[in-house]
Amino acid sequence: MTLLGRTTVNLVVGISVLYTLLPVLWLVLAATKNVDALFESDLLSLSNFSFADNVKDLFTMDKGLYSRWYVNSVLYAVVGAAASAFISVAAGYAFDKYSFRHKEKLFGLVLAAVMVPQTVLALPLYLMASETGLVNTFWAVFIPVLFNPFGVYLGRIFSQGYVPDEVLEAARIDGAGDLATYFKVALRMLGPGAVTVFLFQLTAIWNNFFLPMVMLSDQKLYPVSLGLYQWNSAASVSPEYYPVVIMGSLLAVLPLILAFMLLQRFWRAGLTAGAVK
Amino acid sequence: MKGKLACAVLLAPFFLLLVTVFLVPVGTAVWLSFFGADQPGLGFGPERTVFVGLRSYVAVLSDPTFLGSLLTVVLYCLIYIPLMVVGALTLALLLDSGVAKLRSWAQMGLYLPHAVPGIIAALIWLYLYTPGISPIIDLFAKADIRISFLGVDTVLPSIVNIALWSNLGYNMVIFYAALQAVPREVLEASVVDGAGPVKQAIRIKAPLVRAAIVTVTMFTLIWALQLFTEPVLLSQSTPMISTRFSPSMYIYDAAFTRNNYGLAAAASVILLAFTIALSYGVTRWTNRKAA
Repeated sequence: MTLLGRTTVNLVVGISVLYTLLPVLWLVLAATKNVDALFESDLLSLSNFSFADNVKDLFTMDKGLYSRWYVNSVLYAVVGAAASAFISVAAGYAFDKYSFRHKEKLFGLVLAAVMVPQTVLALPLYLMASETGLVNTFWAVFIPVLFNPFGVYLGRIFSQGYVPDEVLEAARIDGAGDLATYFKVALRMLGPGAVTVFLFQLTAIWNNFFLPMVMLSDQKLYPVSLGLYQWNSAASVSPEYYPVVIMGSLLAVLPLILAFMLLQRFWRAGLTAGAVK
Repeated sequence: MKGKLACAVLLAPFFLLLVTVFLVPVGTAVWLSFFGADQPGLGFGPERTVFVGLRSYVAVLSDPTFLGSLLTVVLYCLIYIPLMVVGALTLALLLDSGVAKLRSWAQMGLYLPHAVPGIIAALIWLYLYTPGISPIIDLFAKADIRISFLGVDTVLPSIVNIALWSNLGYNMVIFYAALQAVPREVLEASVVDGAGPVKQAIRIKAPLVRAAIVTVTMFTLIWALQLFTEPVLLSQSTPMISTRFSPSMYIYDAAFTRNNYGLAAAASVILLAFTIALSYGVTRWTNRKAA
């Protein structure tokens, strides 16, 4: 290729990477500023460096609500995604290895469920939760996020790819029951696939905003996303909330960025399976 | 495999969820849309639920704020989806061309925003749109250009930008993965036939990843129609976004501000039907193009 062509390619890619990275860099720099410096927007000056103060303010603001939100988010996301991955992969495996009546029709229903907007389900879920007294509790947010039809789809694909029928046959000849075979043999082979499903659902739950907004009125049950939303609305009246919201955002983003850097090959596998097959 | 019991045990938890948090809610939404609260005795009697037929649907479809929200989301899709698909595919083709340097680092950088939760992405950009805080507005001011990102004409493109920023890298990785699966012999043959790198990318590679293009378009469309988080957050700072800006915001407003469940349910069912119809349209359209 010509030199001009090479330069253009690298320029376009370079500008795109700047577009995606600079806002994150802004978040990091802004987190070091106090309110006054934030509004002077002299980002690179270190004269008003107050990173430590901002962290302290974040965790003392409104009697330390932020740490509660953080613990809630971790519980909703990590426990929820783990349970959800376990359930989805088991179902995907069953769809792959067993035959039962109306199997493909049911699988079609699973795929259709991916399409249904969250907002359509929110009001009925809210009414059901108030009927059963679950509204404004941990469970109102935790139970609906366990449902992950896309995870079942991925689970089926991974089961096709990673678990050869011969291995299951061998286990059966050895006298192992079907469930024992699943938990002792198949699940181990499905491990990487399960991690992928877990990662997808982890991001989805960490992102979850609509459902907690509908279900929760007690601030102590909020996840970080909803809490920051509330603090941001307070910031237009009391600007001292700005640095806290920015620091809170930074600390909420870090675990996910870390998870993605460390577990790169897993999400890559999931994206490939989802797109190419 | 036989083992009926084992199969049932493995499927049971998922199907329990499918019924309780999916089928029953969808059914409830449809049911609610045909019923309304009626108070006999000039509104002083006890409230009871009565069948109202299509009354809620008529109310929603003749409400200019709902039609406006639908129009907004259609406009949003028309700007956002082509930009997203063409942008992500272009970047994937450039990275796949073998000319781009530091390929895995570039991918990592482009993908990074997807690890940023939607509400935080919206927060970051809200601040980058806010005069006084934003270094972008300052830069423009130094060049004597006054720019408002949250004005009447700019607020929709500003929302498109947030969504684009969040998802560009994610979709790029999907396209890149699909491009990697293109058989190398096909590409070598096209080089022998005298295709240059640009022609090869557009004429050979892009058609071969059609399945991925359809997938990405479908998922982008389904997500775009649910538009909620970004405008809700931005509405805290600009009067240009009303509480019924998008259909999802309309549903939230009807259900939880106005407590009109029939209206909210009817709007939900319409949004669902709209989503299904458009997705079906996309599949039909792409299938015909292939034939």
